[in-house]
Amino acid sequence: MQFQLTEDQQMVQKLARDFAEKRLAPSVAERDEKEEFSRELANEMGEMGLTGICFPESYGGAEGDVLSYILAVEELSKIDDGIGITLSATVSLCAWPIYAYGTEEQKQKYLVPLVEGEKLGAFGLTEPNAGTDAAAQQTVAVADGDDYILNGSKIFITNGGEAETYVVFAMTDKSKGTKGITAFIVEKDMPGFSFGKKEHKMGIHTSLTNELVFQNVRLPKENMLGKVGEGFKIAMSTLDGGRIGVAAQALGIAQGALDHAIKYSKERVQFGKPIAQNQALAFMMADMATKIDAARLLVYRAAYLKDQGLPYSKEAAMAKLYASDIAMEVTTDAVQIFGGYGYSREYPVERLMRNAKITQIYEGTNQVQRMVISGSILK
Amino acid sequence: MDIVVCVKQVPDTTEVRIDPETNTLIRQGVPSIVNPFDKNALEAALQLREKHGGKVTVLSMGPLQTKEALKECLAMGADEAILMSDRAFGGSDTLATSHALAAGIRKMGKVDIILCGKQAIDGDTAQVGPEIAEHLDITQVTYVSKINTVDEQMICVEREHEEGYEVIQAQMPVLLTVVKSINEPRYPTVKGTMKANRKEIPVWTVDDVQVDRDALGLKGSPTQVRRIFTPERRVQGEIMEADTAKEAAAMLVKRLVEVKII
Repeated sequence: MQFQLTEDQQMVQKLARDFAEKRLAPSVAERDEKEEFSRELANEMGEMGLTGICFPESYGGAEGDVLSYILAVEELSKIDDGIGITLSATVSLCAWPIYAYGTEEQKQKYLVPLVEGEKLGAFGLTEPNAGTDAAAQQTVAVADGDDYILNGSKIFITNGGEAETYVVFAMTDKSKGTKGITAFIVEKDMPGFSFGKKEHKMGIHTSLTNELVFQNVRLPKENMLGKVGEGFKIAMSTLDGGRIGVAAQALGIAQGALDHAIKYSKERVQFGKPIAQNQALAFMMADMATKIDAARLLVYRAAYLKDQGLPYSKEAAMAKLYASDIAMEVTTDAVQIFGGYGYSREYPVERLMRNAKITQIYEGTNQVQRMVISGSILK
Repeated sequence: MDIVVCVKQVPDTTEVRIDPETNTLIRQGVPSIVNPFDKNALEAALQLREKHGGKVTVLSMGPLQTKEALKECLAMGADEAILMSDRAFGGSDTLATSHALAAGIRKMGKVDIILCGKQAIDGDTAQVGPEIAEHLDITQVTYVSKINTVDEQMICVEREHEEGYEVIQAQMPVLLTVVKSINEPRYPTVKGTMKANRKEIPVWTVDDVQVDRDALGLKGSPTQVRRIFTPERRVQGEIMEADTAKEAAAMLVKRLVEVKII
């Protein structure tokens, strides 16, 4: 068993870290405050090739592994996890299903620009009444000659409104339940496709979350992803991979919070000595560090399994469940270590604590993760 | 156009702490980086290649770990990287270093432009670049802030000054040392990084180049460091005191007119 990153992985990690420190860090607090998504920074990320890390060269990628991509999400998320999830939504939730289920034509047309960072991607599954119960889809696609007509809406869609390419799920046969769901690739400028309200969220302000509205959107049958009725399977396998991305986001948030706490506790003097010298706080940070390392091993293992082509559904769920739960704990403790300043927007740990919460909810709530894990171990 | 960029691996001085007892730098555990000005030199070389074609070779002298710095340069887009590494080079001051690098450049054959950063952030001497030009007996322009035009015969550049800039035309081949304001170095791409990682970096020892061994290492280094200190600024600042901002602005404008700045 190897616990060492390869040279390639270390270099991608360093690249993402440098980008985060130099390009994201200077403006993250301001973008958070203004709830501003920066397309410019997202484009820079694409130009650097962060969107293409784990795709083959034949589609414009760098032919790296999933773990390298996960390391990049972790590094970005230490500083600006809103941009981390922008990357994750494009790569894991849009590019990946097209890569895994798309035809060669679809890959050339839709995957290559995503991999090369020219376009952003998004994934539309969740609806007002179809959250955890993803099978309760009300968006419908009705065959009309060689086309499908799409009607309905999706909510809480990361990159919604900015992304050029959307993987969207719709009912093609209500009588068949989950087997009646089909996936489609929808382009931003297709007639009838519009965007509803921008979500005002507790955290991840530097990412964009929007409502998608489809009114008689005509989709050529070439835009069907996979086969008729395969949608639910595509969605679930996509989310398995997406979970590793969210787990990496949570891991980055937690590590970022610990880094801030360590630095602050060594500088902040009370009763004539740095507060880090109080064992109550030192032990708190020891626990934070241990939890983060445990989460990291789970996250990297899930990525490793995916790289090896081995089953990873349960392990991805475990990584997402644990990393997000400890991100919430660690960021809460970091705020505690900062005391009153931690509660203030002057310091970054307040933002990290707000942002940590979403990682327990999206890409399947942590209750869903427990369903996946228990379903796997009790079958 | 054949371009050589000389780079140095330096400790990241933003991470360096001072030992309060000995007043020396604590270098242990400090990450190494490509000297920032050398990245500007590389960026200038890459831009020249994009415009005029040719090849960019990065050259460094140092221990084997310097390969890390060279890989970063390859990832940014350099075509080749060569490391000069040998015990015989150890302990070199700027003069001995420039002898070694000049010998390395001679071995490469035809070179049109040599680019260096204006100085390294650890030693701050700004000597190696100019010395290489002297050894090779070619034209040099230091503190270049812009490259205007270049052809096979001539290059026209802007040379930065405290009070403005000179426009200089120089004969090729030429050695330029560049300042930070010349450009913003690009980020390496993921693809470039992975390709760089697989690229062989040849290591040249003292036997691979033609150089007088007595000019290298400690033997070839006449420099002796007696003391390190921050020199006083030649131009002293002037602080004006006034009660209101309006008054201060009026005083400032009057003074600026007096010294003929406005």
